[in-house]
Amino acid sequence: MGWAIAVHGGAGDISRSLPHDRRQPREEALRHCLQIGVEALESNLPPLDVVELVVRELENIPHFNAGRGSVLTSEGTVEMEASIMDGNTMRCGAVSGLTTVVNAVSLARLVMEKTPHIYLAFDGAEQFAREQGVEIVDSSHFITPENVERLKLAKEANRVQIDYNAQPIQNDTKKEKPCANGDSQIGTVGCVAVDSHGNLASATSTGGLVNKMSGRIGDTPVIGAGTYANELCAVSATGKGESIIRGTVARDVAALMEFKGLSLKEAADCVVHERTPKGTVGLIAVSAAGEVVMSFNTTGMFRGFATEDGYSEVAIWSDAQVE
Amino acid sequence: MGGWAIAVHGGAGVDPNLPPQRQEEAKQLLARCLNLGISSLHSNASAIDVVELVVRELETDPLFNSGRGSALTENGTVEMEASIMDGPKRRCGAVSGLTTVKNPISLARLVMDKSPHSYLAFSGAEDFARLQGVEVVENEYFITPENVGMLKLAKEANTILFDYRIPTNGYDTCGAGVESPVKMNGLPISVYAPETVGCVVVDKEGRCAAATSTGGLMNKMTGRIGDSPLIGAGTYACELCGVSCTGEGEAIIRGTLAREVAAVMEYKGLGLQEAVDFVIKNRLDEGFAGLIAVSNKGEVAYGFNCNGMFRGCATEDGFMEVGIWE
Repeated sequence: MGWAIAVHGGAGDISRSLPHDRRQPREEALRHCLQIGVEALESNLPPLDVVELVVRELENIPHFNAGRGSVLTSEGTVEMEASIMDGNTMRCGAVSGLTTVVNAVSLARLVMEKTPHIYLAFDGAEQFAREQGVEIVDSSHFITPENVERLKLAKEANRVQIDYNAQPIQNDTKKEKPCANGDSQIGTVGCVAVDSHGNLASATSTGGLVNKMSGRIGDTPVIGAGTYANELCAVSATGKGESIIRGTVARDVAALMEFKGLSLKEAADCVVHERTPKGTVGLIAVSAAGEVVMSFNTTGMFRGFATEDGYSEVAIWSDAQVE
Repeated sequence: MGGWAIAVHGGAGVDPNLPPQRQEEAKQLLARCLNLGISSLHSNASAIDVVELVVRELETDPLFNSGRGSALTENGTVEMEASIMDGPKRRCGAVSGLTTVKNPISLARLVMDKSPHSYLAFSGAEDFARLQGVEVVENEYFITPENVGMLKLAKEANTILFDYRIPTNGYDTCGAGVESPVKMNGLPISVYAPETVGCVVVDKEGRCAAATSTGGLMNKMTGRIGDSPLIGAGTYACELCGVSCTGEGEAIIRGTLAREVAAVMEYKGLGLQEAVDFVIKNRLDEGFAGLIAVSNKGEVAYGFNCNGMFRGCATEDGFMEVGIWE
């Protein structure tokens, strides 16, 4: 048993015909972030620090839907959210509605450590950020041309959708919202880590859903939905926020392990393949015993993992079987 | 087995020196809300409609900490949040950071029914409220003189590090004279105002629903979100049960309390009361909280690990009870 780490850059309808120039930079980025995490674990940094470090890196890379590169709200702005949880103490922190904070995950950590609260949002969170002196920038910093384009396509798709389907999405729990194109970037970013002593931590960060209503909060900052860690495992989920919230996905993996005695892999597979609608969820998880699992019911999930025995992998499609 | 059941709460963590008159007012309000829910169930309303109806009543009454009568932020304003969940398909809706919406629980319901999302907050939620045409009022409407006084006490309590003397300022609480006053969330119980409200119902068809609403923590930082709008923490409903929690928000979030009751029923096969007892005993560590729950079999249960919880329950076979203490 040794340390283990997994990262994800989002689960969704990732077309297998994704062009090379859309694929390669993300695979490279995942490798890079994984390496940062590995080096941190090898220098005995606590998993809580490791997941924050890695997610900061993912936030800074514009290829993923978090921090810079966040998808846009229906108004063309960014509203970022994140959460972090420490398995040992079960302390947690979350933020939503950030527009100028460069690293949402770090602000979430500060909420956890510097306030009597767990979750701060919108103006209150931005104010707290300034009080804490974290790095803030003009919100244009986070907006990329690709996401401006994505928003445009999403708005066009919604116009078509309204013509043929007047039902609010949520009333049909089996169907997922059709994507504008294969490169829909539904996902978020996340990292889970365990050290050789079994200390666990998880962190998740996102710009949310493309064309979301301003003020919409997804699963990412909701403890038990997008992020969870306790003494058994650490989980970070990605996909369709509304499904992850309703399915309390991250908590359920741990609950199945605890209450039904399932293994990490069995628990993750149960949640992903039996308890959530197809096409909506992906997750990464590590256990106190150093196991890793990456499970998804979508076409693909940008992901990577590494374990102390030297094994590491970065992938997009097909369920990776991890021992 | 079978039949409808309903429970309501007005918060866990009660000042042991709460004046008898206040206790009486609270019990009357709980009874009134129960009866409202009961007559609704008698006319075959669905669980989801009943929980919304009852929580609206609790929000409108200024007694507890929701809607009118909400606790105040550090700035002296009101920021309300709520969530609602419908057991059969686990549809849910939540709102946070409301400042003008008269009935937050109804906006949460609209998020669930009329938006593609599950959770809307702050100005986005307020915009949605206007689009939906719900009743909006000035923020002052929600602020009561009593809570203005409480806020002042809370601020003073926060600046008193080692001095247990709490100024009473006309509010009759002997908690001030006690050596170790009951505290929750770092504040003396007399000013803590934890009185989040909630309702859980199972209707005649065995459908469960849950709803929770609050003004949050007295003297909270603006933008602070607690457990009440978080699905799995303050509110949860599925095929098996409906749960609404109250107490120290941070403890409830970290313990994913509402989901936990359902999880031990589902994964460990515990019955409703067993599940409630298990969760209260094992999931709270040093945190204080309480919860109410109903099962799809028509059972009702509640539990709390603090010194009291305003609650009421009733079942179709005629059982009815309103209480505050153990």
